[in-house]
Amino acid sequence: MINYILKRILYAIPILIGVNLLTFTLFFVVNSPDEVARLHLGNKRVTQEQIQSWNEQRGYNFPLFINESEKGLNKIKKTIFYEKSIKLFYFDFGISDSGRDIKYDIKQRMWPSLAIALPSLLVGLMINITFALFFVFFRSTKVDYIGVIFCVALMSISSLFYIIGGQYLISKLLQLVPISGYSQGVDAIKFLILPVLISVIYGIGSGTRWYRSLFLEEIEKDYVKTAKSKGLSEVSVLFNHVFKNALIPILTGVVVILPLLFLGSLIVESFFGIPGLGSYTIDAIQSQDFAIVRAMVFLGTILYILGLILTDISYTLVDPRVRLK
Amino acid sequence: MLNSLKSIFFLPILLFGCSDNPLNSPYSENKSKQNILYSSFQERPKHLDPVRSYSSNEYAFLAQIYEPLFQYHYLKKPYELIPLTATKLPEVQYLDSNFKVTKKAKNASYSKYILNIKKGILYQNHPAFFKENNKYVYHSLKSNDLENVNTLSDFQKTSTRILISDDYIYQIKRLADNLNHSPISGVMQEYIYGFTEYKDKLRNLKNISNEKKISYMKSNKMLGIEKIDDFSFSIILKKPYPQFVYWLAMPFFAPMPWEADLFYSQKELKKKNITLNWYPVGTGPFMLTENNPNLRMVLRKNSNFRGEVYPSLEDKIKNNKLYSKNTEKVIPFIDEAIFSLEKEQIPRWNKFLQGYYDNSGIASDNYDQAVSLNSSGDITLTDELKEKGIHLSMATAASTYYIGFNMLDGIVGGKSNRAKHLRQAITLAIDYEEYISIFANGRGIVAQSPIPPGIFGYQDGIKKYNKTAYELKNKRIIKKNIEKAKILMGKAGYANGIDQENGKPLILYFEATGSGADTYSFLNWLRKQFKKINIQLVTRVTDYNRFQEKMINGTGQIFQWGWNADYPDPENFLFLLYSKNGKVRYSGENAANYDSKEFDKLFVKMKNMRNSSEREKIIERMLSIIQEDCPWIWGWHPKSFSLSHDWVENVESNLMANNTLKYKKIKLISRNDSIKLWNKANFTLLYILSFLFFSLVFSVFFMVRKKDREKIYD
Repeated sequence: MINYILKRILYAIPILIGVNLLTFTLFFVVNSPDEVARLHLGNKRVTQEQIQSWNEQRGYNFPLFINESEKGLNKIKKTIFYEKSIKLFYFDFGISDSGRDIKYDIKQRMWPSLAIALPSLLVGLMINITFALFFVFFRSTKVDYIGVIFCVALMSISSLFYIIGGQYLISKLLQLVPISGYSQGVDAIKFLILPVLISVIYGIGSGTRWYRSLFLEEIEKDYVKTAKSKGLSEVSVLFNHVFKNALIPILTGVVVILPLLFLGSLIVESFFGIPGLGSYTIDAIQSQDFAIVRAMVFLGTILYILGLILTDISYTLVDPRVRLK
Repeated sequence: MLNSLKSIFFLPILLFGCSDNPLNSPYSENKSKQNILYSSFQERPKHLDPVRSYSSNEYAFLAQIYEPLFQYHYLKKPYELIPLTATKLPEVQYLDSNFKVTKKAKNASYSKYILNIKKGILYQNHPAFFKENNKYVYHSLKSNDLENVNTLSDFQKTSTRILISDDYIYQIKRLADNLNHSPISGVMQEYIYGFTEYKDKLRNLKNISNEKKISYMKSNKMLGIEKIDDFSFSIILKKPYPQFVYWLAMPFFAPMPWEADLFYSQKELKKKNITLNWYPVGTGPFMLTENNPNLRMVLRKNSNFRGEVYPSLEDKIKNNKLYSKNTEKVIPFIDEAIFSLEKEQIPRWNKFLQGYYDNSGIASDNYDQAVSLNSSGDITLTDELKEKGIHLSMATAASTYYIGFNMLDGIVGGKSNRAKHLRQAITLAIDYEEYISIFANGRGIVAQSPIPPGIFGYQDGIKKYNKTAYELKNKRIIKKNIEKAKILMGKAGYANGIDQENGKPLILYFEATGSGADTYSFLNWLRKQFKKINIQLVTRVTDYNRFQEKMINGTGQIFQWGWNADYPDPENFLFLLYSKNGKVRYSGENAANYDSKEFDKLFVKMKNMRNSSEREKIIERMLSIIQEDCPWIWGWHPKSFSLSHDWVENVESNLMANNTLKYKKIKLISRNDSIKLWNKANFTLLYILSFLFFSLVFSVFFMVRKKDREKIYD
């Protein structure tokens, strides 16, 4: 298995280089360093001298890929591509265009993201599986049909509606929790109730339908018929056999998104004023802080690849028939 | 069983419901009852280093912490400068070419500002000042020393020191340092004697440690800056520049202790994002104790603040109207101010209505909920807001928004009569009254010239007005009708929008930025305005980078831009049309690249004058030149509306003063009572929902059980 993991990590390198090249090209071909500098220096009284000095301070004065004026390794090292992209490979995210240390900010901001994403995932998982099992139990009945229609309706509504509606109902009309904000420690709970609730409700439609289809696929299999013919109750068959066997795709689906939980939710964090990595990315895009966007894209790619590797490993753990070579 | 289930379901609510604090309160119980002002901010400040900071959202914090020499009187209009840390307004001497004092302003080659500061002013407590055995403890930190340090407040030991003139001098030297990217470095280079030379000296200090650089800056003099003693210094300007005193009231000229600069320049601190750009060090009434701009920023009363007297009662009376009820004198009145980040309008507005923010602006989405027009056409608060005791204050901003013509363009630009008539025709066609009503909810006034209200030389459109676009009819000033615009089109050789020279329709191009519904509605409206005189307008929407590039290269034709006053002087607006500030030729702020010899000559004469009838006449002549030439379509001056709760006292509109937090006062009992009254949790609906939820759970349970049994027996 170690060989397999090493192989997967090696495969990840060209993917990371590709993503890096793509983002680098997008940022530096579309916007020249001068334009980025002008954007960060403000609208009033910006001089060419200031732009030049800003570029020098941040290493944007180097050539893009090859520095002909340098010798040896410095030909590669003293380029924008090396400074801004290659350094990401040894997790040197550098400083943002507004002058802050990106690595430090990421470390600080991943916890609030996790504080929303993890409970939303766990509670959502429980609720979605419960609903899915319920609909499967009543499959091909009116309960199932109505349930599916209800799920499709839930899926079709924009997440903004849930957020605004939730804030209006729970915080404005019922006045039970703060409408937005965040705090450290136990105080954070009252700020997390509403975003977690909304994230869970928003996920019910798609989640339930996905798990329902997994359970339906399992329920048609021969071992279920055998179990039923032995006289086991429907509930027992569902929980003891169908649910257990459907755990493999459920688990892999969950494991693949686990690392991404750190990245947070762009919209939920923004609306609820949660200082997580989702709002960090949104802010960076809005203020065109490309250093942060590049770092977040790189981090997102790594976490996604990590998720895929973990999925493969989890296969071997839950299904002894699977062996990684 | 039902009760226990309910207990589990409401556990989090019960946990927080035991206190006196409303359930939806975003603040802890002890904070709610303290003398704290609560407000919000929409966009995190980028820079809190006074050398660099230049936007209003940064000044909202910075101006409460740093103290320049002068400030604007909170209550007086027109705006008036008064000393802040200075003992008096500057004494200005004129110097001849040999730096000898001369009384004849005409012979002056230089002007010298002598500045005296108050004695005994202390900085806020800060680790940068802390010494042991006469040695600074935190000036050479290593990574081991910072293991448990994540914010500035994690430093155990702090100290203070007295404010001296060196701190102001040091900050002026910082303005000259290219690496600080000060936006006013270019302007100061033009005026302060020795600034350019000092800038060059600092530029040449390459590969030098921060410590050595700071030491160099402390020991090396800038030619035009002289320390007289610990509490006075002088600045020599290369030429007379009366507006310089306004710059001295801006945070750019706030004092900076070298100890703080050295402290923050340490690499290990930068890795933890503890920088001068993030943690200011000032002498002002407040200090930034929590800086998490992704969540909140907290300003706490500076215990070392010397205290200041609230502007006198006489100042508050104008036209027999008492502007404020406050009788106490020593400011600041509040102990703390908490600003929470609210990016979205809905939560921000609702929290204000719930009483959790003491003040708020009015976003366009909430406009109808906040204000309405009364029978006499005046803007007034809606009944809902009046019942809550909310107050509305309005003020016209010292800003102007305009549509500019690129005077270097072959069609709309240039000095020919043909181009001038075309610009005049477009000026008549564009109805800014309609624009303000549609796009600004009526919050603005039509501009007659670049000079906004409150600034010397302003034309109010009644006594003085733009004669190119308006006329006197039946004792009223009204806009010239569209037929006159069509006549002008004919004179320009574009009758009915057809170029008489080649028979082709006239097509003009408008450079726009932004995206979204508002931009496209505006562009549609603009196309219709041009259509009134049969001009086809093609709008070219790009991002702001591309737009700026077009402006710098002079490839744009027509564009929209704006300007906020740096200081309340007409020079700060008229310089936007001075040819030596041309965007293309000089990288200046004259985006229209307007060039008029007569205007330039009058500008040079006017800018060094003090406000007088002679200056007024010159300004009037300058305005008539540009109104005739129409390099801009004089757009509009926005009105700022702000709301505050009944419990907030001393709310005055002063759009030039930024350090106004110290004047604000909170009636705590009134706030706490109102918040309790407005935020009673509504459990009825919750009980109904819970009942439905548990009924559903039980029904499902019984349904499953029934069906399961049926299946077994089948």
